[in-house]
Amino acid sequence: MYQESTHTNIAKNITEVRLLTKRFGSLTALNSLSFKVCKGDILGLLGPNGAGKTTAIHCMLGLVTPTSGSIRIMGLDVARHRRKILARVNFSSAYTALPSNLTVRENLIVFARLYGLKAARERIDSLLELFEIEETHNRLTGSLSSGQLTRLNLCKAFLNDPEILFLDEPTASLDPDIAAKVRQRLQELQRQRGLTMIYTSHNMQEVEQMCDRVIFLAKGRIVMLGSPAEIIKQSKSSSLEDLFIAIARNGHLYQTVDNQEDEPCGTE
Amino acid sequence: MWHRISAIVMRYFYLHRRSVARVMEIFFWPVMNLLVWGFVSSYLKELALPKTVLFLLGSVILWDVLYRSQQGITLAITEEFWVKNIINIFISPISVGELLAAICIVGIIKSVVTTIVLGILAFLFYRFNLLTAGPGLVLFVGNLLLFGWAVGLFTMALIFRYGRAAEALIWGVPFLIQPISAVFYPVSVLPAWLQKIAYLLPSTYVFEGMRQVLDTGITDVPILAVSFGLNLVYLLLGSLYFSWMLYKVREMGYLSRLHLE
Repeated sequence: MYQESTHTNIAKNITEVRLLTKRFGSLTALNSLSFKVCKGDILGLLGPNGAGKTTAIHCMLGLVTPTSGSIRIMGLDVARHRRKILARVNFSSAYTALPSNLTVRENLIVFARLYGLKAARERIDSLLELFEIEETHNRLTGSLSSGQLTRLNLCKAFLNDPEILFLDEPTASLDPDIAAKVRQRLQELQRQRGLTMIYTSHNMQEVEQMCDRVIFLAKGRIVMLGSPAEIIKQSKSSSLEDLFIAIARNGHLYQTVDNQEDEPCGTE
Repeated sequence: MWHRISAIVMRYFYLHRRSVARVMEIFFWPVMNLLVWGFVSSYLKELALPKTVLFLLGSVILWDVLYRSQQGITLAITEEFWVKNIINIFISPISVGELLAAICIVGIIKSVVTTIVLGILAFLFYRFNLLTAGPGLVLFVGNLLLFGWAVGLFTMALIFRYGRAAEALIWGVPFLIQPISAVFYPVSVLPAWLQKIAYLLPSTYVFEGMRQVLDTGITDVPILAVSFGLNLVYLLLGSLYFSWMLYKVREMGYLSRLHLE
């Protein structure tokens, strides 16, 4: 089975975003976002389409250059140490794929080499077993069902034993049974390893179940921040789903949350 | 570094291993090209133009080196867009230099395989011995590979910037270069003003040099050195343009959007 991490000396503030702004021409996709993510937390980035969730994740991964502001991950500045950071984090999205004309195992071997894994075969076997797709290892990736593809993407994302995992709608397009299994596996791995996750989803029940803290974005601004329970109480909504709908319809009426003095992460 | 480069090389090995279309790209189209031009050459031989036959066959084989080399870079990266894998590659710790090195290695392997196959077929069908070009052959092939990479970098930079709308450039750009490079005829055939442009291209020197060596048996090393020098300039410019375009693409957020196109 998958081995627990031996990572040490990780900053308590594993991710720190300060005044992050991204403009595409006249469109402001992210407007002075500031937040921290503590080690071992699952942070949900929520908001309607176009709120800036994916842009924020892509800025953190160095795929998009911010217009201004800074992002520090594991104490390192993303702008200056992108490759060092990328070796220690990973990403899985419902909107990316692995080459369909390679087998499951071939795809994982290629990425295992990219991350410089020793004992890649054992790691690949244990991940395929963990996500219950070991029987697909010799099948062409293009022949997998969407549930199997999602789990293969997650196997890829866990190959390098990441300290932070970015998940962009990981359970989109999955049936409820597979989605529940995926959530269960992610929670198990998070507990075992103290893994930090930054998570986007449109499934509010999933967010309530998974996330320690959530950030609601509307047109690139943070309009709500806190634990799911706190946010529901604060907004006087009956559920996260109701709050989501309210923000999607009237996001412009919500004030920007100034989070520059966010609570520090607890000591271990 | 090597494990990341070998990962990408391995990725294309897996891809070609079971893709008939990709293998055809290495064998079928170059062989078809050789057959058409070979038979045209045989006809010209009947017209008592034996040297022309040699020149045409040599040109067909060497042109393919440049064409495949340019395609090696452009198709490899475009392939990652097509299969929505580009983000997975760009969020791995591979550097752009390592990615390009891996693609160039794949390109060298494909070009060498194609050249060997065409060389053997040209000998079997038309008694054309590519090795008569002597050790200079390595310089010809090397210069064409380098120029193909430089052109590939420019083409790929435009595809990163303009997305799928620019994909036609993958096949179009080499044919923009072909008439000016004097592939199938000497530079002297071109109008004077176009000759000046032709001599700005490293490929022109290679095809001129190839005709000379097949005609006289002498490899004109100085003109191949000029070709190499020009190649270094084009590769430097291509790399700078590619890097600048990647910087712009990150700034404009196109990398995220390109994989969704």
